[in-house]
Amino acid sequence: MPEIKVTPLGAGQDVGRSCILVSIAGKNVMLDCGMHMGYNDDRRFPDFSYITQNGRLTDFLDCVIISHFHLDHCGALPYFSEMVGYDGPIYMTHPTKAICPILLEDYRKITVDKKGETNFFTSQMIKDCMKKVVAVHLHQTVQVDDELEIKAYYAGHVLGAAMFQIKVGSESVVYTGDYNMTPDRHLGAAWIDKCRPDLLISESTYATTIRDSKRCRERDFLKKVHESVERGGKVLIPVFALGRAQELCILLETFWERMNLKAPIYFSMGLTEKANHYYKLFITWTNQKIRKTFVQRNMFEFKHIKAFDRAFADNPGPMVVFATPGMLHAGQSLQIFRKWAGNEKNMVIMPGYCVQGTVGHKILSGQRKLEMEGRQILEVKMQVEYMSFSAHADAKGIMQLIRQAEPRNVLLVHGEAKKMEFLKQKIEQEFYVNCYMPANGETTTLFTSPNIPVDISLGLLKRESAIGLVPDSKKPKLMHGTLIMKDNSFRLVSPEQALKELGLGEHQLRFTCRVHIQDPRKEHEMVLRVYNHLKGVLKDYSVQHLPDGSIMVESILIQATAQSEDQGTKVLLVSWTYQDEELGSYLTSLLKKGLPQTTA
Amino acid sequence: MLDCGLDMTSTLNFLPLPLVQSPRLSKLPGWVLKDGNTFLDKELKECSGHVFVDSAPEFCLPETELLDLSTVDVILISNYHCMMALPYITEYTGFTGTVYATEPTVQIGRLLMEELVNFIERVPKAQSASLWKNKEVQRLLPAPLKDAVEVSMWRRCYTMPEVNAALSKIQLVGYSQKIELFGAVQVTPLSSGYALGSSNWIIQSHYEKVSYVSGSSLLTTHPQAMDQASLKNSDVLILTGLTQIPTANPDGMVGEFCSNLAMTVRNGGNVLVPCYPSGVIYDLLECLYQYIDSAGLSNVPFYFISPVANSSLEFSQIFAEWLCHNKQTKVYLPEPPFPHAELIQTNKLKHYPSIHGDFSNDFKQPCVVFTGHPSLRFGDVVHFMELWGKSSLNTVIFTEPDFSYLDALAPYQPLAMKCVYCPIDTRLNFIQVSKLLKEVQPLHVVCPEQYTQPPPTQSHRTDLMIDCQPPAMSYRRAEVLTLPFKRRYEKIEIMPELADSLVPLEIKPGISLATVSAVLHTKDNKHVLQPPPKPAQPPASKKRKRVSDDAPECKPLKPLLSGSIPMDQFVQTLEKHGFSDVKVEDTAKGHIVLLQEAETLIQIEEDSTHIICDNDETLRVKLRDLVLKFLQKF
Repeated sequence: MPEIKVTPLGAGQDVGRSCILVSIAGKNVMLDCGMHMGYNDDRRFPDFSYITQNGRLTDFLDCVIISHFHLDHCGALPYFSEMVGYDGPIYMTHPTKAICPILLEDYRKITVDKKGETNFFTSQMIKDCMKKVVAVHLHQTVQVDDELEIKAYYAGHVLGAAMFQIKVGSESVVYTGDYNMTPDRHLGAAWIDKCRPDLLISESTYATTIRDSKRCRERDFLKKVHESVERGGKVLIPVFALGRAQELCILLETFWERMNLKAPIYFSMGLTEKANHYYKLFITWTNQKIRKTFVQRNMFEFKHIKAFDRAFADNPGPMVVFATPGMLHAGQSLQIFRKWAGNEKNMVIMPGYCVQGTVGHKILSGQRKLEMEGRQILEVKMQVEYMSFSAHADAKGIMQLIRQAEPRNVLLVHGEAKKMEFLKQKIEQEFYVNCYMPANGETTTLFTSPNIPVDISLGLLKRESAIGLVPDSKKPKLMHGTLIMKDNSFRLVSPEQALKELGLGEHQLRFTCRVHIQDPRKEHEMVLRVYNHLKGVLKDYSVQHLPDGSIMVESILIQATAQSEDQGTKVLLVSWTYQDEELGSYLTSLLKKGLPQTTA
Repeated sequence: MLDCGLDMTSTLNFLPLPLVQSPRLSKLPGWVLKDGNTFLDKELKECSGHVFVDSAPEFCLPETELLDLSTVDVILISNYHCMMALPYITEYTGFTGTVYATEPTVQIGRLLMEELVNFIERVPKAQSASLWKNKEVQRLLPAPLKDAVEVSMWRRCYTMPEVNAALSKIQLVGYSQKIELFGAVQVTPLSSGYALGSSNWIIQSHYEKVSYVSGSSLLTTHPQAMDQASLKNSDVLILTGLTQIPTANPDGMVGEFCSNLAMTVRNGGNVLVPCYPSGVIYDLLECLYQYIDSAGLSNVPFYFISPVANSSLEFSQIFAEWLCHNKQTKVYLPEPPFPHAELIQTNKLKHYPSIHGDFSNDFKQPCVVFTGHPSLRFGDVVHFMELWGKSSLNTVIFTEPDFSYLDALAPYQPLAMKCVYCPIDTRLNFIQVSKLLKEVQPLHVVCPEQYTQPPPTQSHRTDLMIDCQPPAMSYRRAEVLTLPFKRRYEKIEIMPELADSLVPLEIKPGISLATVSAVLHTKDNKHVLQPPPKPAQPPASKKRKRVSDDAPECKPLKPLLSGSIPMDQFVQTLEKHGFSDVKVEDTAKGHIVLLQEAETLIQIEEDSTHIICDNDETLRVKLRDLVLKFLQKF
């Protein structure tokens, strides 16, 4: 029986280093190739030796698909392709292809230049890796080979994020990557058609959360920032360079404009200005409103938000600073945090999910005394706020996507086991589909029963559908054909055509039954009685009285014969071919019972 | 329906619409018939030997009488020039279907329509000429008015609400996106290399493939390269939208354009470039960007005047995914794909919605002005023609190939300004066509009649026509062409349960057969065969009789039979089954088997068997089954 196998190498009952292997109809596809922010050792990358112990990855994998540019989805890509070795195609959308190498380079710099690690991928490797990338359009059907095709759908999570449909014949899998079912200030909502995949692999970051309305959260956020600035405090917002940062910038920019605020807003340098430029050039990937108005006013040209310089952190007075990275695990955001943490007037707002092991995760779970490098203890006196702005679907959104796509099975990744368990039950109850949640390295196998495509001769199909079109055809109509199997091709043709093609003659089998009827009347009167009787019984059939005195019921011939010596008994010859067997048999038994006693 | 273009050459018969009152145009004499009759002098004006209609310009629509457009399900658009008639079709013909086009096609198409509406609406014409359209009157007019076709069908321009309504019926699609139409066919747009978002279309079922190739280019300009590989294996290839100027080489024309422009400006003259607000203008600006410094033109201002100039320049920068490889790479840096961003930044290129307003303050001569409309009948270009036409220092350079430049200039004669004709048409020429056809090898080619013979003015140039084998099938306006298809097969799916129940029989080595009796389930033109329903078991034996009283409900046909019956074995089998008095007689064609006691006769020939017996169903069925043992079922 055909089967689909799924093995997460990362993101199985976990958030981070997304990497999922899918085998479908003999094709092997790797979905995402991420790093884990919570680890600095071997565990930060997926264990690619699982795929093959001694063969080349290129021989085993048909293609690799990257859903979006976040490092936990693409961070291991240069390591995978250049250091482990993979030369096959890597698919991603245009914005992802544009932005991905920049984030990878940034990641490399932090790891190698700042932390001094060796044996890490190089800038050249990033470039070589990106050469293997094939950019795809939304909804474009990409033919990976003759059988395997993939198609991208809008996912809304960040600029260029996509969900991917992987299809071989009539079997298909949809991988959501990270997605967002509600449009935000700069992106639209994820959308997929009713493609009824055999399996939907969905992220489940917010499996148990049903978030309040976006508007409330935005108001809350603005209120907190405003209050803090009013009392002279400094606000740190750790963000990743692309994504939430732009949404929050738009939010603050419009608020500052409306309230006529003067406190400076800074955005940590370099990356971000470039980042905003990407948003301008890929404006077709943003939401409807921004796309419509961009000629008059480009939302990504900010008036109030200026570039940040390291020296500004020590400036007196209030300010708001967006700094990278978003989980306070390294870089500028961590530096500023250390400077400002001691003052209770200040505030740090975490706008997104933080992976275990990061400073962000520690302070969010209430830790106020942090051990930093060199055994220093940092006391956190500043206010710590968490605000879920990360653009993942919540439980409601996940259910909504399942309703849209109508999968036959669901598999959850990119979430915490406990929360997944809860969502799994909910999905199984509501949609009556199986839901799986394999851990890393664990394989889920599901069996599919795809229909078998064959070629049908148009003549046969038209003949049969014409019968089907008869009004009041509630009863199922049977169709008859002959399936010719030759050199792996299947063709369904009419029996006549099959005989002809094979050069065989038809053998006609005919039956003629003598039916004795007790009737003293003259022969033609008797025939007329038979005719009327049959016409009365067989209302749905064509019953004809032919000029030569015989009767035709459909193609069955009934003739009277003068053979009998007995005047009171007449003999009817009923003659039919094997194809009319049912009707012929029925007619003889009907006539055997004699004619009704009513006088004609 | 493939494309929905508007024939705008009809506007050449009309007088230009000046933005600023033009004493010259308003003083033109009315046209008088030979016999001195002046009843047309309000409608028709004479200008340097030509007669023009003095009215708001009108356009020639696609054929709408030939068929009921409400029966059209889908319109496929190949590029933004080929959708200009859309509002007439979607709003006034009962059309209720869907229009498919790519995003750049729709956005830029909207800009073209917006510009057109704006040009015409801002110069309202009080009168609408209609007397001249009367067939009797038209006969009396001088050429070309006399020969204009379908004048009764000419329509005035649509309005913005109509444009918006029409565009709202468009469904956006991307290259290589497979779109299912009613389950019956699949359509797919492919990059055609001609303009931003321009597409060729594949229309295919499982077994038949039609390619619609319209407005394609193999030259590398700004759009994504043409996708040729996907056109292979077409049964029919419909070919249209070839270059209008097959003898001109676009590269050479660009060179001439630049040198003429430079020469005029150096001599202190102005250059006027009548153009559409999108398309070739991007390439011209890019060329000038590279050319101006070396040609010493850095201080000459370039003006781009169109109500949609700003939008067009902005839009061009955001369609990275639809651009050629080089430009795509720039976006990854990230840099704007077109250098006109830099021209604007450095103030070398300025754009204005119209000559009114800021432009009049900034206007410096000598300068280069890009503006519409290329027909020279409406838009800001009319003003510049009137303004600069009297000086031989100035030059007008025609780059758009859609209008004959001589006809365009007719109402401005006599003219002192220089006229240069540098038509830049990047669409396929005949050499490229024959290369393309060799490459993709369609079974049949279908094209407009004009392409199957040399141009009328150059009848000796047999290289200027389509040459392919078998010869292309050609069509004319309002002609119905039957495409050479023989549809024989379609796809059907067999449910796995049914497939499991089939019993294949090897008839010949490598060929197996199985008879299939199944329920045909058809939904959205997709066919699935399901296992036949299990016969309902009559609940009690009592009722069974009554069931058999009813006429059989459906007519399950029995399979066909094939093979022949070996006499000896058949007789043995009969005897084994209790027929002791079997007697065989030979006949001319075969044998007759007699079962005397049962009063039964079986005629057996090579290809037929006839069982003649009394009405004894048990006996008959027994004999039937014995005969069937020797035959194969189909």
